[in-house]
Amino acid sequence: MKYFRSHILIETDEASVQQGAREVMNALKQELAKHNLDQEVNVLETGSLGFFERGVCIAVYPDDVIYGNVKVEDVSSLVSEHFLKGRPLTHLVIERSEKKNIPLGYDKRIVLENSGNIDPEEINDYLGVGGYLAWEKALLEMKPEDIVQTVKDSGLRGRGGAGFPAGIKWSFTSPIKGVQKYVVINADEGEPGTFKDRLIMEGDPHKLLEGTMIASLAVGATKAYIYIRGEYKLCINRLQRAIDQAYEYGLLGKNILESGFDLDIEIETGAGAYICGEETALIESMEGNRGIPRTKPPYPGVKGFMQNPTVVNNVETIANVPAIINKGADWYRNIGTAESPGTKVYTILGDVAVPGLCEVPMGTTLRTIINTYGGGMKKGSRFKSALVGGAAGIFLGDNMLDVKMDFHNLAEYKAVLGSGAILVINDSVNIVDMLESVIKFFRHESCGKCVPCRNGNEQLYKSVRKIKAGYAGEDELDKMLLIADTMQKTSFCALGQSLLLPVKSALDMFKDDFLSYINKKKAINK
Amino acid sequence: MYQEILKKYEPTKDNLIYILHDIQDNDPQHYVSESAVQSVSEYLRIPVNHIYGVLTFYTMYSTTPRGKNVIRLCESPPCYLRGSDNILAKLKNTLGIKTGETTSDGLFTLELCACLGLCGNAPVMMINDDFYGDLTDDKIDQIIHNIREAK
Ligand SMILES: Cc1cc2nc3c(=O)[nH]c(=O)nc-3n(C[C@H](O)[C@H](O)[C@H](O)COP(=O)(O)O)c2cc1C
Ligand code: SF4
Ligand code: FES
Repeated sequence: MKYFRSHILIETDEASVQQGAREVMNALKQELAKHNLDQEVNVLETGSLGFFERGVCIAVYPDDVIYGNVKVEDVSSLVSEHFLKGRPLTHLVIERSEKKNIPLGYDKRIVLENSGNIDPEEINDYLGVGGYLAWEKALLEMKPEDIVQTVKDSGLRGRGGAGFPAGIKWSFTSPIKGVQKYVVINADEGEPGTFKDRLIMEGDPHKLLEGTMIASLAVGATKAYIYIRGEYKLCINRLQRAIDQAYEYGLLGKNILESGFDLDIEIETGAGAYICGEETALIESMEGNRGIPRTKPPYPGVKGFMQNPTVVNNVETIANVPAIINKGADWYRNIGTAESPGTKVYTILGDVAVPGLCEVPMGTTLRTIINTYGGGMKKGSRFKSALVGGAAGIFLGDNMLDVKMDFHNLAEYKAVLGSGAILVINDSVNIVDMLESVIKFFRHESCGKCVPCRNGNEQLYKSVRKIKAGYAGEDELDKMLLIADTMQKTSFCALGQSLLLPVKSALDMFKDDFLSYINKKKAINK
Repeated sequence: MYQEILKKYEPTKDNLIYILHDIQDNDPQHYVSESAVQSVSEYLRIPVNHIYGVLTFYTMYSTTPRGKNVIRLCESPPCYLRGSDNILAKLKNTLGIKTGETTSDGLFTLELCACLGLCGNAPVMMINDDFYGDLTDDKIDQIIHNIREAK
């Protein structure tokens, strides 16, 4: 193997690419070659380094210096300062103190442990950090029942929103004999504010593949699909490359590692419909239909894709599996809370100083996430609310800042963890405006199959418009609550059922915001 | 004329989503025409109404011709909080069209969409396959200008 004095890791996730990461990378390579440094300094692509609003970021190892806002024009001085003269180009360095403010928390990471550290396009990099050891172990040393049992014991819960225990889901499908079974990875990520699955796939696609392989073995599926939303072109390319490499290395295909087990993995793409994230709608879409949910039961685990048993799991759920197999259920149980072991990836957005992501143990409070990982509130703004869990989430007030967030604790407050999106809202924003945006989203994304959701969203939208226009009285608020409540009780699937969360929480916590619209008009009319 | 594309796929219904993507991506006007639907229907042996059902269900497809550059601006809550409505006004103004319309030179179509998963850089839009984030009025001017120049 060639020896390199330094490695430059350049983040080429979707966000950096649009800010010119590829151009910077090419310029770097050219500049290094110009100074005959290209045999000494290695340029590698990696996933997101975890800084946002900082343009193109690169990390230099072993020096451990991170540069932000790197432009093509900076490259020549960067190379001459850092690599010829050996001193960092100070004005682009992302400050240590700043880094301390926003810890990247790699020591606690599981699913994003490699993102930003390895080249996601290179299987050897993944192998170099212990990749595919769990696959080998599962394949050669464990029986499918043992894998299911280990995942059950670990307490791993689904990260796609509902939090259903993964091991239990697998245990329904695993014993079914004599039919073609499937594993489907749900990468249709469409919950507003959520992009954790994209970061996993862009930063460490092999980890998702390894988890998918283990899940397939555990439930006896010889065919797995990864269903990715059509807009995620970079994920699709990276995963396809990873799959090709896995075949080349004999980790996929027929009689893998002489174990007698066959497995093929294929990518499927969506075409833009939030409802296709719902597992049965996703299966409909895979079969070439409109993405309209099916009746449950039968659950997909018994009758799914092509009417065959199909285990559907979220990307983040599956990305936890290799570590659980490697380190054991007890190790996993020690992280997070008793009810919800492990870590959770959150995306922190809105009026915080540094929007971004973090992967922290379950049970971390909203306050810690906002202050430590989001850098606190944006200068000059004060916390009013956080919309937690995406659009199908809850407006939390400051009284909830210290709740230890996991599936169980939030449920006690009638809140949800959902996809882990946290949208922080400052006190100059009227919650009614945010609620309007939430309802608009659902109104657009309702699949139209059932009346409560199709009409309910329309009615809610009309109500909120009426309130904003000042034509409504206070009775409109009761009407909204009644509609949302009826939707919760009678809608066919979770999409229509979840409107109650944002509507009720907005009304409960921020009634004054509604009244300010209602009274403003009254005052004018007088 | 669609045979080139069609024959890449097994004639089974589960390939419908891909075939439609492929046809649309290869159409300079980013849409799936009536004759394309007819060809797909014959190839897969499924009724035309099923294909239209699918085409109109998913937001990435269009059954009417669109501009050379399809702009999709995200209007979901995180982008909204960061001023996506101002960006929409700016885009309408700069292009002289409303949402859903195409400029008379056929260069741009303006659409709204739900979260694109790039919310760390809100407000966000896509133009064809490319993402643009941290949008400001100046950035819009620049992006539109660059595309017009490149024409
Ligand atoms: C409207 C709607 C949208 C959903 N979107 C997603 C999604 O984008 N990704 C996801 O993994 N699960 C989504 N789900 C949840 C899935 O139906 C399913 O529960 C999940 O994929 C199971 O995986 P898990 O057990 O690993 O969480 C959605 C559910 C509903 C009702
Ligand atoms: S609740 Fe909404 S999304 Fe779900 S089936 Fe009914 S109309 Fe479709
Ligand atoms: S909310 Fe606009 S990209 Fe996610």
